[in-house]
Amino acid sequence: MLNLAFPPQLANVVSRLPAAPPSLAFSVMANRLLWPALKTLDWQALVGRRYAIRVKDLGLSLRFTVTQRGFAPDSGAPDLTISASARDFLLLLSRREDPDTLFFSRRLVSEGDTELGLTVKNLLDALDPEQVLGRLPTPLARAAQRLMAT
Amino acid sequence: MPLDLICPAGSLVSLKAAIDHGADAVYMGFRDNTNARAFPGLNFDEAQAAEGLRYAHERGRRVLLALNTYPQPDTWSRWTGAVDRAAKLGMDAVILADAGLMRYAVKQHPQLRLHLSVQGSATSYEAVNFYREHFGIQRAVLPRVLSLPQVENVVQHTDVEIELFGFGGLCVMVEGRCLLSSYCTGESPNTAGVCSPAKAVQWTDTPAGLESRLNGVLLDRYGRDEKAGYPTLCKGRFEVGGETYYAIEEPTSLNTLDLLPEMLKIGIAAIKIEGRQRSPAYVAQVTKVWRAAIDSVKKNADGFKPAPAWQAELNKLSEGQSHTLGAYHRPWK
Repeated sequence: MLNLAFPPQLANVVSRLPAAPPSLAFSVMANRLLWPALKTLDWQALVGRRYAIRVKDLGLSLRFTVTQRGFAPDSGAPDLTISASARDFLLLLSRREDPDTLFFSRRLVSEGDTELGLTVKNLLDALDPEQVLGRLPTPLARAAQRLMAT
Repeated sequence: MPLDLICPAGSLVSLKAAIDHGADAVYMGFRDNTNARAFPGLNFDEAQAAEGLRYAHERGRRVLLALNTYPQPDTWSRWTGAVDRAAKLGMDAVILADAGLMRYAVKQHPQLRLHLSVQGSATSYEAVNFYREHFGIQRAVLPRVLSLPQVENVVQHTDVEIELFGFGGLCVMVEGRCLLSSYCTGESPNTAGVCSPAKAVQWTDTPAGLESRLNGVLLDRYGRDEKAGYPTLCKGRFEVGGETYYAIEEPTSLNTLDLLPEMLKIGIAAIKIEGRQRSPAYVAQVTKVWRAAIDSVKKNADGFKPAPAWQAELNKLSEGQSHTLGAYHRPWK
C-alpha cells in the first residue's frame, strides 16, 4: 500500500495559509495541466457553480468556479463541497477506488447540491484516463501512470 | 454457455473495464429515462453506444440495452425510438419490462432478441412462458424474491433462459412494483427511471451524525463510525412504536458467491452484477472477482469454495454493513 500520509508539520503550516493563494494556485495549475483534456467534456450543467475541495488532513480548502474557459478561484459560498483525505483523493484520481465505496465507508463527504455532485462524478467517470494522460506534461503523466499501476 | 457474467456499464470507460476484466456481456442504458438508472451525466449517447458495441464485438462479447422503465402515454415515442435505435445499432438484446413495448419490438424488429427485465416482476414459470408465447422472449431476469428451489422450479418448466442477480445493491423485494420513491418525490424507477432522484436528496453533517433527507423527509442519521447507504426510503431508520430501527429493510448487499455451484447445477444461464451508477473502479474490481469465481466453479463445482480474498474485496465495495444471500437461501416459502 502506498504511503501517502503527509508529515504533520507540513499539514500544520498548510492549514494556516489563507484560502485564496491555494485556490488561485489550484486554478492556474488545473487550467494549465488538466483543462486541455477536460475542455471537451459537456460542462454545461457545471458552469457558474461554486465548488470547494477540502483536503482534510492538510487543512486545505480549494475554492473555485468553472467558466467556459476553465477554472477560476472563487470565494463565494460553495454549491458543492467535497471532503476527503489527500490519500483518498489520490485513490479517486488514479481510479483505484470508487467514490460510492469511499462514501459508504464515510471517507468521502459530499455536501450541498447532491445532483450537482452526481453530475460531476459521472462526468469525471466518463473521462478516458488515456486521453488525460496523453495531454499531461510527460513527467506528470509518468508519475500518474505509476500511481495508477500501484 | 451457462453462468455468463453480465456486468454493468454507466459509461464507455466502465464498459471497457468490464470487458477487459472478463465480462461475457455488459448492459447499458441510453441517456434518458428509458432505463432505470437515469442519473445526470450517466449512460450512453448513440455514438458512445456504437463505440461500446464495436469494442465488445471485436472481443467476442455482447452488449445488452436496458429499456426497462414503463413508457408514459405522452412520451411513448421516446421508448419506441429507443427500440428502433437499439435495432439499428445492432444491440445483442434489449431488456424490456413493458408488454406494450415488447409488442412494438416484435412487430417492428422481429430479429431483435428480447430479455424480460427484473422490473417485469415475473416470478412464476407461467408468467415467464406467457412472455415467451406472446413476444418470443429469449431470457428472463428473475426478481430477487425467490428461493433457489423456487428458481429451480421455474427453470424446469420453461425454455426461456434464466438470469439471476449475483451481486450488488438490493431492493425491497417488490421489484417492478415499488412506489416508495414516488411517495416522497413523485418519481420512481418504473416511471421516471430513478429511485431517490438526486435533486431531492440532501446530506447534512450535524453534531448528531450524518443526516440523509429525501424531499425533506429524514431517512437516516449515521453515527460517526457507521457505514452509510444509498438515500432510499426502504433503507431508512424510522421511529415505530417508540423504537427507531430499519422498519422496512436493512441496507445490505446481495452476494451469492457461495451459491455458484447450485446455480450451475440448476442451469442458470447468466449472473447479473448490479451497479450501472457505480464508477469504473467498482466495475473492474467486481468483474475480476466474479470472472475468477465463475471460472473456478466451472472447473470444479464440487470442490468450489469462494476465496476469502474475493469476499473481502466484495465486502469493501458493498453498501451497508454486511452482505446477504437474499431470498435465494431462505428456509420458508
